[in-house]
Amino acid sequence: MNKDIAIKVCAGTGGVASGGEEVLSAFRNSISSAGLEATIYEKCSAHRVGCRGFCAKDVLVDVIINGEKTTYKHIKPDMVARIFDEHIMKGNPVTEWIVGEAYFNFHNKQTKVVLSHCGEIDPEDINAYIAVGGYKAAKKAFASMSPEEIVDVVKSSNLRGRGGAGFPTGIKWELGLRIESDIKYVICNGDEGDPGAFMDRSVMEGDPHAVIEGMIICAKATGSHHGYIYVRAEYPLAVKRLQMAIDQCKQSGFLGNNIFGTDFGFDLKIFQGAGAFVCGEATALMRSIEGKRGMPTPKLWRSAEKGLWDKPTVLNNVETFANIPRIIMNGANWYRNLGTDRSGGTKVFSLSGKVKNTGLIEVPLGVTLRDIIFDIGGGIEGEKSFKALQTGGPSGGCIPAEFLDTEVDYESLAQVGSIMGSGGMVVLDETSCMVNTAKFFLEFTQAESCGKCTPCRIGTKRMLEILERITSGNGKEGDIELLEELGHHIRATSLCGLGMTAPNPVLSTLRYFRNEYESHIRDKKCPAAVCKDLITYSVLEEICNGCGACKRACPADAVRGKRKSPHRIDPEICIKCGTCFDACKFKAIIKI
Amino acid sequence: MVTLKIDGKKVTVRKLSTVLDAARKLDIPIPTLCHHPELSPFGGCRLCLIEIKGYPKPVASCTTFAKEGMEIITASPSLEKLRRTTLELILSDHPKDCMVCERAGDCKLQELAYFYGIRENRFEGERRIYTKKDNNPFVAREMEKCILCGQCVRICDEIQGVGAIDFAYRGLKTKICPPFEKDLDCEFCGQCVSVCPTGALTGKMWAHKGRQNFKEVETVCPYCGCGCNLTLHVWRNEVIRVSSKEDTINEGWLCAKGRFGYGFIHSPDRLAKPLIRTAPKEGVDLNKPQNSSRFTIHDSQFKEVSWDEALDYIAVKLKETKEKYGSDAVGGLSSARCTNEENYLFQKFIRAVIGTNNVDHCARY
Amino acid sequence: MTNSIPEIENHDVIFVIGSNTTETHPIIGLRMKKAVKRGADLIVADPRRIDLVRSSSLWLQQTPGTDVALLNSIMHVIVKEDFIDKKFIEERTEGFESFKDSLDEFTPEAGERITGVPKEKIVKAAFLYGDAVRPGIYYTMGITQHTHGTENVYAIANLALMTGNLGRESTGVNPLRGQNNVQGATDMGCIPDFYPGYQRVDVPGIKQKFEKAWGVKLSDKPGLKAPEMIRAAIEGKLRALYIMGENPILSDPDVRHTINALKNLDFLVVQDIFLTETAELADVILPSACYAEKNGTFTNTSRTVQRIRKAVEPPGDAKADSYSISELGKRFGYEMNYNLMEDIFQEAKKLWPALVGVTYKRISKAGLQWPCPTLDHPGTPYLFKGGFPRGRATFTSVRYRASEELPDNDYPFLLSTGRQLFQYHTGSMTRRVDAINMVSPGAYIEIHPDDADKLNVRDGDIVKVTSRRGSLDIEVMVSERPLKGLVFIPFHYREAAANLLTNTALDPVAKIPELKVCAVKIEQSNK
Ligand SMILES: Cc1cc2nc3c(=O)[nH]c(=O)nc-3n(C[C@H](O)[C@H](O)[C@H](O)COP(=O)(O)O)c2cc1C
Ligand code: SF4
Ligand code: SF4
Ligand code: FES
Repeated sequence: MNKDIAIKVCAGTGGVASGGEEVLSAFRNSISSAGLEATIYEKCSAHRVGCRGFCAKDVLVDVIINGEKTTYKHIKPDMVARIFDEHIMKGNPVTEWIVGEAYFNFHNKQTKVVLSHCGEIDPEDINAYIAVGGYKAAKKAFASMSPEEIVDVVKSSNLRGRGGAGFPTGIKWELGLRIESDIKYVICNGDEGDPGAFMDRSVMEGDPHAVIEGMIICAKATGSHHGYIYVRAEYPLAVKRLQMAIDQCKQSGFLGNNIFGTDFGFDLKIFQGAGAFVCGEATALMRSIEGKRGMPTPKLWRSAEKGLWDKPTVLNNVETFANIPRIIMNGANWYRNLGTDRSGGTKVFSLSGKVKNTGLIEVPLGVTLRDIIFDIGGGIEGEKSFKALQTGGPSGGCIPAEFLDTEVDYESLAQVGSIMGSGGMVVLDETSCMVNTAKFFLEFTQAESCGKCTPCRIGTKRMLEILERITSGNGKEGDIELLEELGHHIRATSLCGLGMTAPNPVLSTLRYFRNEYESHIRDKKCPAAVCKDLITYSVLEEICNGCGACKRACPADAVRGKRKSPHRIDPEICIKCGTCFDACKFKAIIKI
Repeated sequence: MVTLKIDGKKVTVRKLSTVLDAARKLDIPIPTLCHHPELSPFGGCRLCLIEIKGYPKPVASCTTFAKEGMEIITASPSLEKLRRTTLELILSDHPKDCMVCERAGDCKLQELAYFYGIRENRFEGERRIYTKKDNNPFVAREMEKCILCGQCVRICDEIQGVGAIDFAYRGLKTKICPPFEKDLDCEFCGQCVSVCPTGALTGKMWAHKGRQNFKEVETVCPYCGCGCNLTLHVWRNEVIRVSSKEDTINEGWLCAKGRFGYGFIHSPDRLAKPLIRTAPKEGVDLNKPQNSSRFTIHDSQFKEVSWDEALDYIAVKLKETKEKYGSDAVGGLSSARCTNEENYLFQKFIRAVIGTNNVDHCARY
Repeated sequence: MTNSIPEIENHDVIFVIGSNTTETHPIIGLRMKKAVKRGADLIVADPRRIDLVRSSSLWLQQTPGTDVALLNSIMHVIVKEDFIDKKFIEERTEGFESFKDSLDEFTPEAGERITGVPKEKIVKAAFLYGDAVRPGIYYTMGITQHTHGTENVYAIANLALMTGNLGRESTGVNPLRGQNNVQGATDMGCIPDFYPGYQRVDVPGIKQKFEKAWGVKLSDKPGLKAPEMIRAAIEGKLRALYIMGENPILSDPDVRHTINALKNLDFLVVQDIFLTETAELADVILPSACYAEKNGTFTNTSRTVQRIRKAVEPPGDAKADSYSISELGKRFGYEMNYNLMEDIFQEAKKLWPALVGVTYKRISKAGLQWPCPTLDHPGTPYLFKGGFPRGRATFTSVRYRASEELPDNDYPFLLSTGRQLFQYHTGSMTRRVDAINMVSPGAYIEIHPDDADKLNVRDGDIVKVTSRRGSLDIEVMVSERPLKGLVFIPFHYREAAANLLTNTALDPVAKIPELKVCAVKIEQSNK
């Protein structure tokens, strides 16, 4: 049999968790026992998450025979034998397991720069990276570019920091280059503390060499010889793959002394952080590397002047660095033209919530929110209607439908009361209570506040207490105004970005969904019927046929009624767990 | 040097001075709770906010360098409102027991609350609770009064070089404690106590000794040769506390002995009457505890006498020795714990009165 | 100190030898740490891993008593690498050439052999100090309490002179005085060979000056130094002793020897604030006022004369020491009446020009550093700016001599004594502060873990420590601090008085006892 067989198995964190390793070894076993030759890749996490709808449940597998790719979803080890027999041996793909159209839509509407290698090459093999053009950019930078030239390219590419604040990367590097010092540092921020965010992790796991190459180029551009990649310890796979990549680079002479045969040395280390959200903040991160508590420090000096150990430091986000090699190779114009006037290139977002296709997506800056939600995301799940898009992670804001045509970039999102942040996007539909949503995010930021400054430490707690009061039906007149005052106060007076942005969820929902707050406070009602203390369950007697399912299900014995006659819920006893609501097949139970 | 304008007044300060430094130079008051001139900038309390022309938002003056041509406003209705709200927030997480607080009257927070007239608090809510672990004999820690200004942490690390305490936990639960929330076990210099702006850290031995109407006496430490300046707080003939001012040769820093080692002054063991031996000399029983001598030896071997009796007796004995054996058979050992004046007198007495140069002191040990 | 305390933070190299600064002079220790923070290199030479070692860039762990060899070999390298300051040597010193030759034999290798400090470290120390712009040397009893303490001090002086590191701001040699007013007591003439202001008793003109001022005939025979007085008491030559505020029984070497001496006196007056061990042997005890109960001045280690003020009344009939002295004078028919404390100070000033500019008024807020010769003189932060008072400074060649009593088969451990942070001196004050006793309740002997293994003792065990002079039982503290073979006992504790063990051998010039080196053996205790 003379076939060129390649098998790619999703083995990112999620893939591994759902049995990727076992699937992989099942394929290996079948192939070797059949005496075949095949290239087997472990795919990176990007695809795993990129098609969450498919492989978040199970493992995604590409089988490529003579260049023809078939993608399977939901693959378990015991399914491997059939694929092997029917597809690989006999040439008949197992059609019922092949991914559907949505999968392709999801991918085709994207523009992949940072994620282009993810899922395509083996992240644990430097040669795979080199085979797709890896380290050419770094070699070019070392062979034929001066630091100033590199900085110029990055500047004119319009690349802006992907860690959230959107600071122009080229300008940051230029500062780093200009300051003179015996020691300078390059730091990659891979803390990624936003709950539910995984774009940086995907890149570190799926294309670690791109990040390292970006850092090497930065080292050359700024004249630094020491670098750190700060990764949270909760990302063991990222740590492992980055470490492998660093080791391979050292062997290849891309890191260490005399890299690329020059007399330039660059020493790169991984620092594992303890995983506090605030450690993603640049100054807190540097304190953490210094062995101190990860607590933001006032920016008397720019990091480019006095950063880590008081030495000039250029700190960028994972995605920022991963863009660099492409910019160097394809040119600043190419990158700039991908985006808008104000921001060049693409941005990775994690799309989640009530959309059909959830997962990691990469789009050019300037696409509209509508495109993202309805084209790539496939629209709202179920027959519900869109209510708001929450962007920017826990300290972002909620954007209502009227702004769906906003073109995504740093400024436009800020204008509508949200932020780009690290790129989280959560779609909310009519079943989401905006007060409750705001409370949810504030709970997170309050718990993660480093506690250093008064407004963030105590102020967010007081806001949270007011929100708790409102959602439990104890809201008072004046609470909305108090929330607004506190929100603006905290935004204006906090020391670091965490505090300054923490009120965003509250302030933006107050701006667009004030009536929901008012209903909670005045009418003691939650319009989306989410806030437990404000809803009552009752039985629609016209529909109820007295089957008794609810009565049997109720853990509190709150349902009264004889069989075959309409039941009734005793509000005094009901604990509002919603069990009956789910148990009723006839939709006879309502919550209001 | 840079020149800037604060509240319309021009001031020139050294480069790398903060706006706060510049304002202080003009004697313009800006409230602060976490700033300390000897410690690294912190920027935590957010009370020192000021407006700079051209800046979109107020900034903390303690962590902003003064720049040429800056125009600064330190007080405006909106700034005062921000400060007031911040104070209200701090006070919403602070016990209201100024009545019994050791620092009442000497507390920066209380003073600011007074100036801003904060009586009601719109933000009443959950407060931090601490389990007290407080067996050390020096530092009383009532951490629910802590405002997390971090001065204690910084002084312990940056000045003392010990690092016995740090911030722990996050959010409202943030607190300052030794590792694993154990009891304090350190050099007990009390530097943290000296900088704490509130009643969170106080000296244990100060408790209930008096907060007002005490006299402050400036003097010098009786222990090592550093010559640290002490301020003795005196209430009715009792030293109730020792502190030190920032503008002294020791910059206000003290060690455990200087700050907390004053109890001997009022020790019941103090000799209070001249004593004359009544029984033959025994040896010295070194196994007896160091601080029991007055009661055990005093009565059995000595009797209390008047000064005149004691001095007459000494004069007789010294004259006798001098006459019998010559001046050089008498010696005097003076003390490094006595004053210059006393030492001068002592050697003068030995030299001019006894007539010998047999005078020395303990420099050698 | 030739420099002043605030100058410490501006050193670029600090060389601390024989001083556990952070425990004995905590606030000076803070300044040193501040200097390190500002980028200074700290060299610590100490047989124990003292706290300062943590902040140091170089630690020389020499065998106790080998400082001369250590310093000489550092100077050997300084000569070899030409770090010497030729201009300074030429203009302000004498005797360099012959001194230089004396260093020949002290190669780093020889230094290593004697001191146990690796030669690379000796060389590094020489480079650090030799290359420094504003270096300061600091030492205390670790240098002086040796039978060759004077040589140690000469060696330090040589080092500073040959590199020209004296007489500039933040540059100098700084012995740290251990007690609050040692400097003042010495300044005021409480030393047997000097009147106030370091004026020799055996120089004729000077004696006349004092005779005139005091209106009596004075003796021109230098008196006995404290350890000599103790010896003279044993020999029956000294018959009466007046001790004002001292506790030699615990502070002097060989407690038994001191007790015998004091018992042998015909008459002993002890004036103190507590009934100290020494007072237990007195014939008359006079109760005095403590620092908080009297007015006057103290002079700190950096020559700063500062005011102390009465804050409270002394207990009972206790009185300031000046009272009893004046009263006794009167009983001898010699009037010593002063209306004010400052009058005494005024009188002292008249006899010592360096103090003329100091008045109580001028030092009411901050002290002044002598020399301060005129009323508008700002005081002298650092000494020897324009030159040395006696013209040129002389180099003194010093040989290395071993300590008097070194470990041998019978007494295999080397004992050093010293201080500890919480307690002070003989403990008469600090051991009466309950809080301090809680954190530092009793004596202990620091033993290196390897030695502890060999002796089969653990932390908290009681051992019996014996020297040729006495023995005591004491709790073990196993610690990485001392060198192997070295043990350390703080001397504050009566119940385990370290000085029961120490040697009375004296430095022949300064008459300082060798408290830092004696030989002991350690056994399991039957207690
Ligand atoms: C609370 C907080 C958390 C942050 N977390 C991250 C993070 O996880 N990853 C990141 O790259 N940047 C994070 N940032 C932004 C960084 O401070 C910094 O701006 C960024 O890493 C700079 O890199 P860039 O210019 O490439 O974006 C955070 C900022 C704040 C205020
Ligand atoms: S804003 Fe919050 S996270 Fe940032 S420094 Fe202040 S307390 Fe810490
Ligand atoms: S204990 Fe005192 S000094 Fe320390 S942070 Fe709290 S308030 Fe500030
Ligand atoms: S004094 Fe400036 S923030 Fe506290």
